[in-house]
Amino acid sequence: MTWSDVLTGAIEQGIGPSAIIYCLAAIGLNIHFGYTGLLNFGQAAFMLVGGYAVGALIQDLNWPLFPSIIVGLLAAVVLALVLGVPTLRLRADYLAIATIAAAEAIRQVIGSAALKDQFGGQDGRYGFVDGMRTLNFVPSGGVHFLGLSFRSYDFFIMIVGWSLALLLCGFVYLLMRSPWGRVLKSIREDEDAVRSLGKNVYSYKMQALVLGGVIGAMAGIMSGLATSNVAPSDFATDTTFFIYTVMLIGGAARVFGPVAGALIFWFFINGLDLFFDKMTSGSNPAIPASIMTSDQASLMRLIFLGLILMLIMIYRPQGIFGDRRELAIDAH
Amino acid sequence: MRRRIAVLLSIVVCSLAAGLMAPAMADSKSIDVNGTLADTRTNPAKPVPGVSISIDEGGKEIGKAVSDAEGNFSITLPGTPIDLLGKTITVKLDTDTLPKGADLRDPKKTSYKVLIKTDANIRIGYAIGPAVDNSVPIIEQVGQSGVNGIFLGLLLALAALGLSLVFGTTGLTNFAHGELITFGALAAFFFQDHLSWTFLPAAAAAIVLSAVFGLANDKLLWKPLRGKGTGLIAMMIVSIGLSIFLRNVYQYFFGADNHQYTGVSAGKLWNLGSVGVSPKSFYIAVVCVIVLVAVSLAVQKTRLGKATRAVSDNPALAASSGIDVDRVISTIWIVGAGLAGMSGIMWGLTNGFDYQVGNKILLLVFAAVTLGGLGTIWGTMVGSIIVGLLVEMSSIILPAELKYVTALVVLVLILLVRPQGLLGRAVRVG
Repeated sequence: MTWSDVLTGAIEQGIGPSAIIYCLAAIGLNIHFGYTGLLNFGQAAFMLVGGYAVGALIQDLNWPLFPSIIVGLLAAVVLALVLGVPTLRLRADYLAIATIAAAEAIRQVIGSAALKDQFGGQDGRYGFVDGMRTLNFVPSGGVHFLGLSFRSYDFFIMIVGWSLALLLCGFVYLLMRSPWGRVLKSIREDEDAVRSLGKNVYSYKMQALVLGGVIGAMAGIMSGLATSNVAPSDFATDTTFFIYTVMLIGGAARVFGPVAGALIFWFFINGLDLFFDKMTSGSNPAIPASIMTSDQASLMRLIFLGLILMLIMIYRPQGIFGDRRELAIDAH
Repeated sequence: MRRRIAVLLSIVVCSLAAGLMAPAMADSKSIDVNGTLADTRTNPAKPVPGVSISIDEGGKEIGKAVSDAEGNFSITLPGTPIDLLGKTITVKLDTDTLPKGADLRDPKKTSYKVLIKTDANIRIGYAIGPAVDNSVPIIEQVGQSGVNGIFLGLLLALAALGLSLVFGTTGLTNFAHGELITFGALAAFFFQDHLSWTFLPAAAAAIVLSAVFGLANDKLLWKPLRGKGTGLIAMMIVSIGLSIFLRNVYQYFFGADNHQYTGVSAGKLWNLGSVGVSPKSFYIAVVCVIVLVAVSLAVQKTRLGKATRAVSDNPALAASSGIDVDRVISTIWIVGAGLAGMSGIMWGLTNGFDYQVGNKILLLVFAAVTLGGLGTIWGTMVGSIIVGLLVEMSSIILPAELKYVTALVVLVLILLVRPQGLLGRAVRVG
């Protein structure tokens, strides 16, 4: 592996399927947290219901692709209502604990051996992407340009995913310029002021939760379709935290924040991974094994990720492209 | 790549599973399907010879075997493991060759689909005859679960006090609290493993070190942030970053293995009626009770304890009446982290531990703290015992794998009905 391989590997990952999944999830989360100020720590659960609805309907009941996707999105609506009706009246930090607990409870139930026949236990559902593969129009040899190379199906997923992401960005842009969007932003800034103007804050919050949740479900469905697998470990609490990192890197309450965040996040994560992998591999590694073995090298990216999340929140809470005046994140 | 993160994070689960599957590991030149047929109608189970097993792949038979005198069979799949990966094979059992009157316990297993995911051998066990009824009467289960639940609750209380005190005085919801718990467990292990200390001095040193670590947390990170006027939600997200950072640093230095302390014997199980209590758990519970009582007395009676309650109530007013708020908060961090580290060691004593032991129980700790009322000491203790009991009792009715789910669901429900917690003051939250 040469240094240029490290670079191209990082770029491939930076624009590849995993970046798309996190970008979509972060667009949804941006509606919750960035625009409405809802501290939803259960975004992974929205991804989970979307991904599992598609996986289970296709694998267990042989449904076609598109109806399963619709059901996946509807499942997110239901989850948002079930989760939102009681919790949206809570203060921000209580909402965070309620959503994180609910998401983890859902994940453990779905992954339990008792529901193995329906949801496949810890292995989850797999091999349900034939319907998606038949739509693939990218040449089967894959796509190669500028030293980058992508497999045919991955590139197809990228085209679909990034188009969807851009569409959603345009949609969010228009929404947030509308009177409806302005109400959301005012709820984030001062809930009581909005209430005093006669707006139904609760109803607006619920609409935001549903909308962001459905976009989160799209991310989960995309994740299932891209990897041909949905498993409980894909939707752990840390997934939600990574989505927060993606959103905060780009800048919360910024339309293109999630896109920029996902590109940068995955470029650095994979770049760091390949960098430390290269530094520790071979018969005479640049970093001796007494300091870092190749097993330890694989941890470096998460160590950096934790640091980056802390440093961003401390020194640039508005993210790279955010506007500090736009966002006053604080508990009221 | 995304899958690799997931794999990395669940690495403990994997290593556990790998430990269980170790016998199935083999050279990677071919994949064998092997297994045992046992007739469980007798005790001990009797092997069943002469049963024919065949393997189909894509409708074609690719292997066949008959169980031997020990009830074992082994079929080598044709082709290299690389070719076999991703294929689904169907393992069929010819029911006509079973002994008369014997049926598989799981009738669906006569035709069993396996997706080949690794190059490890595939092992299939066939149980014949009805399951042996070894269930315990419900009353005895309740007694045993109750005792286990109280032990768990006491451990949780020890772990939760620090979180609750810090929340009460600074408003910080610290997601890195789990890493304070892990710190104690790992520090004690370090003294034992690298410096060959016996358990008690190692544990004592680890508790002191945990307290110092807590102080460092406050002095190096949280105090400057409070000074900067960073918001509570921003601090909450910083604590998430800290948690991810520390957890992976721990794994960097201690690996992903599950560890045990050495030189601590579990002792002989005491049988109190139908309830079994291990002396180790009992002594741990006694220590927990002593520490918890000491902390509550200190908070109620000492000057510093009163100052702590004053700061929880209203930091500005406390400061203006001459209380050194920063000193109180530093003390809280020292005591809280020391208790958390201690709980990590005790958790490790009973259940073993790894680099993410604290993170795994963090949501339980949150449940305990919220249930009792965020920031109140008595509430935290009561909440912890209730959560401990719930977790253990739920496995009487629900599968054991779901026992944490009960606590999480109760946490959500409590937040909905009574967000201030059982013993919290009714103030408007949201």
